[in-house]
Amino acid sequence: MTPISPADTAWMLVATAMVLVMTPALGFFYGGMVRAKNTLNTMMMSYIALGFLGIGWVVIGYSLAFSTGSSWVGGVDYAFFNNVGLDPKGTIPHVLFAAYQATFAIITAALISGAIVERMRFGPYLTFITLWSIVVYAPIAHWVWGGGWLGKLGALDFAGGTVVHINAAAAALVVAVVLGARKDYARQAIIPQNVPFTLLGAGLLWFGWFGFNGGSALAANASAALAFANTMFAPMATLVVWSLLDMTRTRKTTAIGAATAIVVGLVAITPAAGFVSPVSGIAIGGIAAVPSYFGILWRARTRLDDSLDVVAAHGLGGIVGALLTGVLAQKVWNGTADGALFGNVAQLGIQFAAVAATIVYSAVGTFVILKLVALVAPLRASTKEEGIGMDVTQHGEEAYSRGDGAILVHADRG
Amino acid sequence: MKLVVAIVRPERLNEILEALYRADVRGLTLSRVRGHGGETEAVETYRGMTVKVELHDKVRLEIGVSDNFVDPTVRAILSAGATGEVGDGKVFVLPVEKVYRIRTGEEDRSAVTPITTEESGV
Repeated sequence: MTPISPADTAWMLVATAMVLVMTPALGFFYGGMVRAKNTLNTMMMSYIALGFLGIGWVVIGYSLAFSTGSSWVGGVDYAFFNNVGLDPKGTIPHVLFAAYQATFAIITAALISGAIVERMRFGPYLTFITLWSIVVYAPIAHWVWGGGWLGKLGALDFAGGTVVHINAAAAALVVAVVLGARKDYARQAIIPQNVPFTLLGAGLLWFGWFGFNGGSALAANASAALAFANTMFAPMATLVVWSLLDMTRTRKTTAIGAATAIVVGLVAITPAAGFVSPVSGIAIGGIAAVPSYFGILWRARTRLDDSLDVVAAHGLGGIVGALLTGVLAQKVWNGTADGALFGNVAQLGIQFAAVAATIVYSAVGTFVILKLVALVAPLRASTKEEGIGMDVTQHGEEAYSRGDGAILVHADRG
Repeated sequence: MKLVVAIVRPERLNEILEALYRADVRGLTLSRVRGHGGETEAVETYRGMTVKVELHDKVRLEIGVSDNFVDPTVRAILSAGATGEVGDGKVFVLPVEKVYRIRTGEEDRSAVTPITTEESGV
């Protein structure tokens, strides 16, 4: 057993906190893009995930993902963090590894919320994402990272291109279809209420992503440095290509476009971060801009109300990243495997299998969970509630209350 | 000429604007206001503080129209603005003494809806 490394532990402590911050950052990223009357509801969909999914992870999620079990799902050895102690897991304390992985489970489920903003009732949403993280996320994490079949097959997913992003996007597509479009969708202009929130969120996501990708090396080593550099340069390339596409199409560079480009670049480099050279990473970031950019334009003309384009950003970005990882991986950089461009064509096939399996399992699992939740409670708010706004109807609060006509009452005295 | 002042629900605004457009009513002014028309208060909670919000967000429309257009304008607002519940708002029709269009200096009937007056013979 390798001893605990103080250097690795120090880096992973910081990385864990950085990834945790990504979920509030996502709340800001999404919250800026909805209408003012739905701000708090949209942000709460991310913030509340910190609580429910984090605790779900301790109760059973971590065990299903990372304890020894079959090729398909882990066992119950680590349920309630049993046997999760201070002993080393790799070179860091086991409890730190489990905490680090919790932050991934939380943000993955929160990502889905972008597809269903401004219309899903909060209780059913909570029930859905909590079940989803246990039934869908944990097994897929096990397949790739927990000793499951995709890992054994040799699928390369450094920090969660398939496990996190393609998985969340497949679920987002299903939940957007099951819920249906917002009542105003394609009938009225639905304008972002606070673009600076979205830019703030994108900036904080980028910062946190250094922990997400850099931390996925699980050590303060060369692999972490490579992932860190790729996390920096790939989104820069996406930003450049996206801006040029924007300029060519409308002669203007948009701020929401810039925020989106940053996220798309980060998504695309996630599976590749520790496997490709920085120049390849820049290629991945630049290429990933194209399908996501045109995917967003196309989606907006359809009846598919994936409101904040989770599928175009995380699905298309994730697929581009996962497949290009199979093309551009280089053994001289990662010590593990070469990609198709460097003579190992089979790697691309393995990557494709990982993408396809994730999409199928995630979509089916999401559909079943949604139908089960719908048996107990309606998923959608009423048309009237949607009109008034989800902040007042779901939370009894307003994001931008002016306080006119607000009369103090003492709840305990009725 | 009349000035039609309508206080309506913000969530019905787009439907009302559509109905006005279909009724050929073009010029209007909109402001965001808060008001109270007898509907139940919304209860909101901020930490230990519970408040009843008695004033609700409303939209105020002001539309200057020629006499023939009063009825279509009012009917468009009534049909598109009604939900049947308390809080749908009010429409006021006020007499107007004089109207000037600033761009051209036109007066009265030629300065309000409909925009083309003489030709259409309204």
